[in-house]
Amino acid sequence: MPKIRVDGHDVEVPAGYTVLQATEKAGVEVPHFCYHQRLSIAGNCRMCLVELEGVPKPIASCAMPVAEGMSVHTTSDMAKKARKGVLEFMLINHPLDCPICDQGGECDLQDLTLAYGPDSSRFQDNKRAVTNKEMGPLIKTTMTRCIHCTRCVRFAEEVGGVSEMGAVNRGENMEITAAIQGMMSSEMSGNMIDLCPVGALTSKPYAFQARAWDLKKTESIDVLDAVGSNIRVDSYNGQVKRILPRLNEKINEEWISDKTRFSYDGLQYQRIDQPYIRKDGALQPASWEEAFDAIKTRFSSMKSQNIAAYVGDFVDAETILVLRTIMDHLQSPHRDCRVYGECFTKEMDRSHYLFNTKITKIESSDLCLLIGAHPRYEAPLINARIRKRFLQGHYPIYRLGEKPGSKSELTYPVQDLGADLTILDDLMAGKHPLNKAIKSAKKPIMILGSLAYTHLEGENILQTAAQLAEKFGFIHNSWNGFNVLQRGASRVAALDLGFLPQENGVGISEISEAVAQDKIHTLFLAGVDTLPTDTMKKAYTIYMGHHGDKGAQWADVVLPGAAYTEKEGTFINTEGRAQKTRKAVQPPGQAQADHEILLKLARVLNMDTLYKNPNDVSKGLLKALPYLSYQAPNVPWVSLHKRGGLQGKIPAWKDDFYRDNIISRHSKIMAACSEAFLMNQEEKNV
Amino acid sequence: MLAPENRIFTNLDGSKGWDIQSAQLRHDWKKTEYFIRKGRDWIIQEVLESSLRGRGGAGFPTGKKWSFVPKRKQGDPPHYLIINADESEPGTCKDRDILRYEPHKLIEGALLSGFAVGAEVGYIYIRGEFYKESLILENAINEAYQHGLLGKNAAGSGFHFDLHVHRGAGAYICGEETALIESLEGKKGLPRLKPPFPALIGLYGCPTVVNNVETISVIPTILRRGAKWFARLGTPKSSGTKIFCISGHVNHPCNVEEEMGIPLKTLIEKHAGGVRGGWDNLLAIIPGGASVPLIPASTCGTITMDYESLQEAQTALGTAGVIVMDQSTDIVRAIARLSKFYMHESCGQCTPCREGTGWLWRMLVRLSQGNGSVEEIDQIYDVTKEIEGHTICALGDAAAWPVQGLLRHFRYKLEDLITDQVKVENA
Repeated sequence: MPKIRVDGHDVEVPAGYTVLQATEKAGVEVPHFCYHQRLSIAGNCRMCLVELEGVPKPIASCAMPVAEGMSVHTTSDMAKKARKGVLEFMLINHPLDCPICDQGGECDLQDLTLAYGPDSSRFQDNKRAVTNKEMGPLIKTTMTRCIHCTRCVRFAEEVGGVSEMGAVNRGENMEITAAIQGMMSSEMSGNMIDLCPVGALTSKPYAFQARAWDLKKTESIDVLDAVGSNIRVDSYNGQVKRILPRLNEKINEEWISDKTRFSYDGLQYQRIDQPYIRKDGALQPASWEEAFDAIKTRFSSMKSQNIAAYVGDFVDAETILVLRTIMDHLQSPHRDCRVYGECFTKEMDRSHYLFNTKITKIESSDLCLLIGAHPRYEAPLINARIRKRFLQGHYPIYRLGEKPGSKSELTYPVQDLGADLTILDDLMAGKHPLNKAIKSAKKPIMILGSLAYTHLEGENILQTAAQLAEKFGFIHNSWNGFNVLQRGASRVAALDLGFLPQENGVGISEISEAVAQDKIHTLFLAGVDTLPTDTMKKAYTIYMGHHGDKGAQWADVVLPGAAYTEKEGTFINTEGRAQKTRKAVQPPGQAQADHEILLKLARVLNMDTLYKNPNDVSKGLLKALPYLSYQAPNVPWVSLHKRGGLQGKIPAWKDDFYRDNIISRHSKIMAACSEAFLMNQEEKNV
Repeated sequence: MLAPENRIFTNLDGSKGWDIQSAQLRHDWKKTEYFIRKGRDWIIQEVLESSLRGRGGAGFPTGKKWSFVPKRKQGDPPHYLIINADESEPGTCKDRDILRYEPHKLIEGALLSGFAVGAEVGYIYIRGEFYKESLILENAINEAYQHGLLGKNAAGSGFHFDLHVHRGAGAYICGEETALIESLEGKKGLPRLKPPFPALIGLYGCPTVVNNVETISVIPTILRRGAKWFARLGTPKSSGTKIFCISGHVNHPCNVEEEMGIPLKTLIEKHAGGVRGGWDNLLAIIPGGASVPLIPASTCGTITMDYESLQEAQTALGTAGVIVMDQSTDIVRAIARLSKFYMHESCGQCTPCREGTGWLWRMLVRLSQGNGSVEEIDQIYDVTKEIEGHTICALGDAAAWPVQGLLRHFRYKLEDLITDQVKVENA
């Protein structure tokens, strides 16, 4: 490891480090704009100039690799003068409109000017003005503020995988622009707002909503997909104003998807803020007592074995646990969590529905087989990891399943094997050309997506794929390359808690028939909105959730729950990592956290539950899931029965990424995105 | 003064043909095969011994540059030779005459240099505006192919060498070697960060040598007449001959090949017919193309044209584009015009050059009209110092130096302009 001197202090850094990284390691701050550790080095802002002994000119520390014996001065006259000069140049054409700039308070240029900049301006001429660019419903541009660091360009190119940003013209007329005015076709475009060191790219929905220093910041996690991205919820006056990513190298690095970032306004519309009871065919406002009494009356008037309880995507593990206990008391076997018709069964082991490889280890894999998976829209951050791995080179990616439309295509080249499921059998038999590539791979991974496990043949596909993984080296000593990409944030916890039909139990896929045959009289739906209307109409339906969507519309009793920003709840992500949401704002009106509602209901129903208060629930959760861990431990692999004789095809991805769940469906921003994206798509297809 | 028999470019005036027959009469393509058979190391050694310095402006020793290129082994990525014919420096037109009157010297030089650095492919990146020159060059290359001097078994040496002409689109910055490489790769001509240098990671990520047209064109003659012959000409540190482009207020503007170290006054009086209105009418001279600081008449009388003495006079030899300005010149406006050129040609990639060049030009224009204060003159100097040495490529330096030269030698002109304006306003 080369040793270098930074301001007179010796520091040893790994070879290949840049001078800037070395100074960081030495605890010395070198200001910079264009450098970003997750993007390629541009070296164009020139803010990080430092003095290198023996070199007549200051060097850009972000781009200079360290060499043994270097001596760097970051506070010498040469370095200071260079820095001050560069800042002056940045500022001469930068509008000093900080008071009306949304970046104010969290602006790199502001901060660095305070620390290193000149105290007054020597510039007497007119400042440059630049036309704003149209970049869709998410990103507001004020291009006059742009300092041309090209972070956004590099992000779009490298992480987003779309070459839609660039610079046109040259010299002082250079402008950063989107190649096509309109919507960026990246589902990660919001990250450019965070990357922009000035107020050139700001959040359109957040424009003039609040000042950064007034916001209450709550560190939480995202539940809109099963990745569990770490987020920070910024709220003001009891309203979520924006959602930002939080650094977690193991999950989302420092990116989040646009859906995660911008669905928050859906938390304000169509919220259920008080209990309702259906009277004379219409839902009437009611008090909590009335609602609980109605449920009690219903439950006691009939055989409790005829009650079914189903949980949806946004239900925390605590709620599932309490609901399970209640169902145990009612001795009802009818429980389910598989709202998309997933194939997971009680017999399956934990390793059969987890992303066993772990997100970080994608980077060390050397072959990727996508089976009915479309990670770009199922889990954009896992998609970003796959792209990151792809950019390192020598990474063949194969897809089993129909090719999606050109605009929804994955952000890296994929080799299509076809959509026919017989290919899986061919692979098993070792007759497919791909077998050779798999054989030579040391750490191959396969990703089973929702298109596969919600397929009619889902169980067979999963079993065959698991067999394939076992037989062809996807699973060996320290490597497990069998991955299931979950979609619902609550799914893994629900499966872990065994919230599946018990003996003779009726699952979600059979419920219509069961209700029609009068086998089930009462439904308890925790955030499930996918049941057919007729079924909900016929059965007595109790709906607990936060949005007045299809589920609440046909319910007989509605209990107002809390959304993920309004409660503390445990979620286990697709790789089996448990994380907690934190309460950023109060639930609206009389709404309460779901598991608290259930605890109260249990008391009304005179059930001697184990849980007296939320604390007990947490303890109970640890007891029920002893492996519950924040580390996502490796799960030992358990063999599955061999199946095969597959038929049929895996269809292409069709869902609208921006509106595929109950929160983003009620978000105006997401609606605008969906529209802009579709319009953009049509335009491009011409 | 250069003896006629020591001239390398015997057709610099275009009085003879450029075609291969005429060129062969001037000893081009003579013994080429023999030099290649002598091997790479011999050629590089000869070039090192000749002390040839790059003719593109920076004056980096050519042999040294070549020796940085790694030895190519079986299975290694290809090496490339790029010839920089993107001559756009104001006041410089030497490469143009080589391209149109002596193209075979360049092509032969390309073959020999390509062999020396292990490149089997060479690209000539020619300035877009040199349309006719590019046609001549392409014809000359076709001639060379027809005569078996390029392509498979080039010149009977058993070495395979292909040469392509690529026309630029008229950006000054594409004459910077890494911007040129980017442009050749089909991207925007933005200079790359160095290190890594092109000798290790250049065109398409492969080792690449980028040399000026004049540098490559003198290689065959150096090999034919010997490194010692070349090194004996000129001064010890600035060896050989050089084409000087004399323009501006002289009686006969011209391109002329002369020995390095010739006195500037001799150069102008012998070859360009003297300064318009006599030597005493001289105001200042820019000795090395628009990028270098000017020198006042008082220095011009004694200075010699070589790297060392010009450096001593706080200027540089650059491309040896000698721009002569007599007393009728409004020197402030002249330099302001150069500033405008650099503002226009800045690529916009890095901050000091993008923002600084425009600021410099605006301040100079304002001061050339007498609007401003004396303190602003210091401010201009300060701004040039904030640009110089802080940019990715040398365009920032090139924008700063002419202005620094102006302030160094003609500060009083600026002050006069300001005080005159104050008088007008007060009157």
